[in-house]
Amino acid sequence: MSRPSDAKYSETHEWVLLPKKGDAVIGITDYAVKQLSDLVHLELPKVGDALEAGTPFGEVESVKTVADLVSPVSGKVTAVNKEVLENPDILHEEPYEDGWLIKVKVTEKSDLDSLMDAKEYKEFIEAAEEEGGEEDEGEKKKAKGKDEDEVDEDDFV
Amino acid sequence: MDYIQNASDDAAAMLKAVGAKSVQELFTSIPKDVRLGRALDLPAGMTEQELLAHMAGLAARNRTTDSHTSFIGGGAYSHFFPALVDQVAGRGEWVTSYTPYQAEASQGTLQSIFEYQTLICELTGLDVANASHYDGSTAMAESVAMALDHSDRNRILVSAAVNPQYREVLKTMFKQIGVEFVELATFEGATSTGGLAEVAKTAAAVVVQSPNYFGVIEDLAELARAAHEGGAKAVASVNPVALGLLEPPGACGMDIAVGDAQPFGIETSFGGPWCGFIAAKMELIRQMPGRLVGQTVDGKGRRGFCLTLQAREQHIRREKASSNICTNQALMALRATITMSALGREGLRRMATLCVQRAHELHDAVTSIPGVSRPHKSPFFHEFAIQTPVEASVLNERLLARGFLGGVDLEKSYQDLPRGMLLCATERITKADIERFRGALAEALREPR
Amino acid sequence: MIVDDTALIFEKSRHGRQTHLLPEPDGAPVEKLIPKKHLRKTPPNFPEVAELEVVRHYTRLSQKAFSIDTNFYPLGSCTMKYNPKINEKIASMPGFARLHPHQPDSEVQGALQLMHDLQGYLAEISGMDAVTLQPAAGAQGELTGILLIKAYHVERGQTGRIEVLIPDSAHGTNPATCTLAGFKAVSVKSNARGGVDLDDLKKKLSDKTAALMITNPSTLGLFEEQIVTIAKLMHDAGAQVYMDGANMNAIQGITRPGDFGIDVMHFNLHKTFSTPHGGGGPGSGPVACKKHLEPYLPIPRVVKVGEGYALGYARPKSIGRVKAFFGNFGMHVRCYAYIRTHGPEGLRRNAENAVLNANYLMSLVSGRFKIAFDRPCMHEFVIDGSPLRKLGIHTLDVAKRLLDYGFHPPTIYFPLIVKDCLMIEPTESENRETLDQFAAALIKILDEAKTNPDLVHHAPHTMPVGRLDELKAAREPIVRYKPVKAS
Repeated sequence: MSRPSDAKYSETHEWVLLPKKGDAVIGITDYAVKQLSDLVHLELPKVGDALEAGTPFGEVESVKTVADLVSPVSGKVTAVNKEVLENPDILHEEPYEDGWLIKVKVTEKSDLDSLMDAKEYKEFIEAAEEEGGEEDEGEKKKAKGKDEDEVDEDDFV
Repeated sequence: MDYIQNASDDAAAMLKAVGAKSVQELFTSIPKDVRLGRALDLPAGMTEQELLAHMAGLAARNRTTDSHTSFIGGGAYSHFFPALVDQVAGRGEWVTSYTPYQAEASQGTLQSIFEYQTLICELTGLDVANASHYDGSTAMAESVAMALDHSDRNRILVSAAVNPQYREVLKTMFKQIGVEFVELATFEGATSTGGLAEVAKTAAAVVVQSPNYFGVIEDLAELARAAHEGGAKAVASVNPVALGLLEPPGACGMDIAVGDAQPFGIETSFGGPWCGFIAAKMELIRQMPGRLVGQTVDGKGRRGFCLTLQAREQHIRREKASSNICTNQALMALRATITMSALGREGLRRMATLCVQRAHELHDAVTSIPGVSRPHKSPFFHEFAIQTPVEASVLNERLLARGFLGGVDLEKSYQDLPRGMLLCATERITKADIERFRGALAEALREPR
Repeated sequence: MIVDDTALIFEKSRHGRQTHLLPEPDGAPVEKLIPKKHLRKTPPNFPEVAELEVVRHYTRLSQKAFSIDTNFYPLGSCTMKYNPKINEKIASMPGFARLHPHQPDSEVQGALQLMHDLQGYLAEISGMDAVTLQPAAGAQGELTGILLIKAYHVERGQTGRIEVLIPDSAHGTNPATCTLAGFKAVSVKSNARGGVDLDDLKKKLSDKTAALMITNPSTLGLFEEQIVTIAKLMHDAGAQVYMDGANMNAIQGITRPGDFGIDVMHFNLHKTFSTPHGGGGPGSGPVACKKHLEPYLPIPRVVKVGEGYALGYARPKSIGRVKAFFGNFGMHVRCYAYIRTHGPEGLRRNAENAVLNANYLMSLVSGRFKIAFDRPCMHEFVIDGSPLRKLGIHTLDVAKRLLDYGFHPPTIYFPLIVKDCLMIEPTESENRETLDQFAAALIKILDEAKTNPDLVHHAPHTMPVGRLDELKAAREPIVRYKPVKAS
């Protein structure tokens, strides 16, 4: 599947799409889904919750790992994808369409400026892959990649 | 003395293989100036024969619930348990295994925990129970953490009739992170429900115990209703034997039930190790602390059991985990499981019924003594408070001289119960014991200071 | 296993069967003693089985578990060493097992003396001044220790100290504990030798630092060579040093935390002092501390009064209780017996032989496996499993195949900083032949990966079940038995 060229991407592997009209849509990338492998459960915010860019808004859990979902934008949650909550498998098939997670009324559109476009994101994950060696195995523990990246940013600085 | 198998020849050959001249060479990463350089100042080692004699000497300096007829309860209960428990649970395979990380080589442990979880769910009427916890007090602390995790509120309402030690543990764990505790008063030994729904509006949880510390059976349904009306979680600490007869917390609407499975085949052992349990409604499964065993299948479709939902736990969630527990009390949970299975439906009914009957006979016997009265009117299970003309500590000494371990001194924790004593009777007590105790208590009360 | 006996105890239940343990109740009917509204409408669905069935069921189950008594169990960081049988016998003596914790001090002098003396032994072994036996397990010991540090800082008005530094090789309990104590866990990097990266430590150390939580020897099986410097750095900055004593087995009688700068630590009695692991517990996690932290220890304290012993409650600065009563006393009894059996000489020999066994085993496999940190190890060592990928296998496959050879696998999901690891702790209990056989099995599996990879990928082949579907277990949790309703 191809990553939407009109979306923006974060270093913590969330994507955000801001249509000309209406609310921003947020999800996680195919790369994140692949890293996490066997998805078990999602924790998402409620409609009406306030989000702050760069802070966690939920969690995604696989058999042997858990990772924060980090909001790329600030704003207020206007919709939550109930289907994906009930069936996280959708993310394996359709992370950019049926697998959207939340919709957000964005307060600061400039939040998006610091994010990557599809091309930059592709280069970003290629660099990450090289650094981490060939990590093609399907083991559950592999998914740690994402979790550790986040720890790096959130706590290590 | 030690249990090392390798002889000095082995050690020499092994050192050679390692390429070291001496064992000391292997410790060079320890800076010289912090090496001990002397023998530890401990008593010299002993052979097994010497040790046994020494330990028997220490043991002989204790009085026990075997050597004396005991009416002590207050959170630790002396029950009958079948001989098969020691024999079967004492097998080396159970005793010397570890947490079932390798499911294929731990199906026995995993299945026994799955059975334990089922039995706890049956008792409590709730959907999910974890693989056990340290004890009842720490299980209660975990239940409070679950409720706080599930709420924006920072206040916990706790009944004054909850085991005082349990309440102390809650305060140690949560006051230091700013959680506020409000004590719920009692009336006739039961937690007052008047106005509770209103106070519960500011609380994450309402925590009660039933039978409570005074042995009184709480109105759990009403307490749960009031808690929920205020938007708080309802938590009950329960006695598992009592649940053989009493309406289970799940059926009363409680969200979480905790307690200690110690009464089922676990020695009182001066306070531990015991077996805390935590059971909850299914919606709280992801807040559940500790290990959880689930059923699944292998590649050939055969039923098997494994640790599950591990992403809740500290080894994955690390600083984001809401509990730091690693171990459970597997061996203690196993003893409880075997005991519950051996008792079965009929045995449990008998045990619980005998507890109620003996306790009520004990109540009638002791309150027939002039000057002895029960301060509460509410129904009780197998424990009840009395007040007498003599301090409990003094009375206990006099009872001891007559071959009895008396009751828990209540005044230490409840100043509104001067000269109060908590008496407990389980199925280990006979009608004859009660008769003898009535005589001894009457005599002890007459004894001049 | 000849008979396919996989039924749950509930599935063996038949109406009317029972054991005969208790008499038919002969008192007043329960309905007359307890109001009806409190009585349950249906009894709990306990099994109905006869005594032999109970005995056979749980005996059979016991045979479906690897244990120290039956298998070599080199589970890194867990110290699966021999659990002396005599200690089980002692702990079950009525004089210990049948003590009620509400009995007055005068009636339990033997128990209090044992606890008092054990506190003293642990203080001597750790080089500390005071010990509490109350924490129920290592994780609770950690929390207790960190709460002592918190109380100490708070009393000194140092409430701005909100961070705890933790090396990235630490066990997951360490950061989880910090969160419970209201601290923020700050991770410190490891250096190339597996020790703490001093530059990173200095960078993260500030007036916000409450403590460093260090495991020494570390979970990598290495003694922290810079420990004295590190402790001084922390103390100079007004912070405390907590030690996770999970690996005390390697250094007992050789060096003492109190002598290398530690302020407070916990023991895991089930590791160093061989109280049985029991399939996952009970543990016991006594905490030892220096004098300046003693006032904050949990109540009650076991104290000597004249010739006797008592439980002391009058300690105004105490953090309070961390558990009902006095800790896992049954474990204290076993630990006491273990220390008295060994004496100073025996404990030191335990450390020496644990380290010798680990280094010997490492030497046997180092030609074929990549050792994560190539230097003498303490009680355990870590194989870096990443080169296995070239053979098309993972550490998980090695672990599962080891089961077929009758060995419990090493720890594989930990420590996190070695991405694919085998953490091997043989302990002092094992003899040379066992270590030789284990090394041979490990090497044989490498060969199998080349000659018969399916054998390794689909292992184990000899267990009651094969690899289990953990995803299914997590997605559709079945966490209790439910009877199939007859239609």
